[in-house]
Amino acid sequence: MSQSFDLKKKTRIGESAIQSLLFLAGILSIVTTVAIVYELGKEAMLFFGNPDVTFAKFFGGTQWQPGIGNYGIWALVSATLTTSAIAIFIALPLGLAAAVYLSEYASPKARGILKPILEILAGIPTVVYGYFALLFVTPILKSFFGDHIQVYNMLSAGLVMGIMILPLISSMSEDALSAVPRSLREAAYAMGATKLESSLQVVLPAALSGIGAALILGISRAVGETMIVAVASGAGPNFSFNPLEAAETMTGHIARISGGDLSYNSIDYTSLFAIALMLFLVTLVLNLISQWIVGRFRERYE
Amino acid sequence: MQNSPSYAIESNDLSIHYGAFTAVKGVNLKIERLKITAIIGPSGCGKSTLLRSFNRMNDFVPGCHATGELLMQGQNLYSKDIDPVEVRRKIGMVFQKPNPFPKSIYENIAWGARINGFKGNMDELVEQSLRSAALWDEVKDKLQESAYALSGGQQQRLCIARTIAIQPEIILMDEPASALDPISTLRIEELMQELKKNYTILIVTHNMQQAARASDYTAMMMIDDQRAGGVIEFDDTKNIFTRPKDKRTEDYVTGRFG
Repeated sequence: MSQSFDLKKKTRIGESAIQSLLFLAGILSIVTTVAIVYELGKEAMLFFGNPDVTFAKFFGGTQWQPGIGNYGIWALVSATLTTSAIAIFIALPLGLAAAVYLSEYASPKARGILKPILEILAGIPTVVYGYFALLFVTPILKSFFGDHIQVYNMLSAGLVMGIMILPLISSMSEDALSAVPRSLREAAYAMGATKLESSLQVVLPAALSGIGAALILGISRAVGETMIVAVASGAGPNFSFNPLEAAETMTGHIARISGGDLSYNSIDYTSLFAIALMLFLVTLVLNLISQWIVGRFRERYE
Repeated sequence: MQNSPSYAIESNDLSIHYGAFTAVKGVNLKIERLKITAIIGPSGCGKSTLLRSFNRMNDFVPGCHATGELLMQGQNLYSKDIDPVEVRRKIGMVFQKPNPFPKSIYENIAWGARINGFKGNMDELVEQSLRSAALWDEVKDKLQESAYALSGGQQQRLCIARTIAIQPEIILMDEPASALDPISTLRIEELMQELKKNYTILIVTHNMQQAARASDYTAMMMIDDQRAGGVIEFDDTKNIFTRPKDKRTEDYVTGRFG
């Protein structure tokens, strides 16, 4: 005869307290996002509610001078797209190459030295990067392009922005590459693959979803980056895709204008929220595009 | 020393070390051409380590190195001027857990052939390899689907198919059926009998019946008191299972330990 025991439910206070705490932590970020979208939307509505402003002007125009009735957002979007494209063009190949080296080629010792150094890049304040672009990179570019390049230019800002997001891309891509099961590498090697064939044709495609996440985050960082472009790429809207010219990005414009004295009801003030909403939209669209690309080419291994 | 032509590969006093620790010691095996040789023995006796040394897969284990000789057509596979990539093109391998590439069924076979410089008709090669692996009828209508859509047994046969597509001399099999159900296991064993018409097969197995059923020769491995594994008996499979010379082999194959 065994001893009797009680199988009824017990209340475990610690368990439910922790659960609520974790739930709150999760909900906090959602609440914040919703609040930001609400505030942006509210102020942007004021802007679009202005009888002077039309969607056609906003999305169709290439002049941005709210004071005299020009609301063409393209004057700012062009610079954001140009600088971000340059940044990704630098950061993606270099970051991927570094990731492949660290994950597939580097000895544990080389990896232990290189990885922390690469991650230091991520710890440099962006204002420092900004002046690095203006005072170091621009003069170098000047010696190549001479008078064709302006003192403030999108190329310098974009290049340095690329350096800034390089560690993000390389570190996230390396995680993705390292997460590919060893059995796949072994399969490749057992077929007589060289290290390069295994890395580029088996491991890399299998890690594409993680690399895509890195790319998306990199794009978001580039599009949202403010300080570098504010310092180095110029202060004044200019509809141009020429990297040698000065042009102001959406973020740079918001930073500059909101730093001045603006009255709360002015069209200049509410226009900033419209720009911010547009920034949101650009990031969203770019994310969707990269997600689609990654989904198209990735190889699922589980 | 030349190895005689009836042997596909032979080892002379082959030892495998992890750093200072000797995992496998003094192995002398002559693997006969176009036969199935099984390596059996209790867990941790170094069967897989020995098998993986045959196509230099142990190169990827930090600190692992081999001493002694492993001869294939008179060339020592561990000599300095040997390219392990070339070795693996001649000695293919099928792993314990099916590990197809996350590519289409077709591409799983075509990829290996392509990196090995295959220039012929790829469609033909894919069909022929899948037929040889007894998989063609099951997959011929879905060659472009992911290999991961296949069952475990089918995946393993796909791994065999991609290995024979590069036409190695020897196929190493590391417990190829241990992750499979009995029906799939049987199909792999039947397949091995087909394959030995063209390939020399070296198989590690935990499954004694499998070794008894499927192999021509059996090597029995055991660890010594320094925890180094070694081959204690190597003979016709029939002899190993009916009249083993070593008492430890007898105990093992009759299920008294291990």
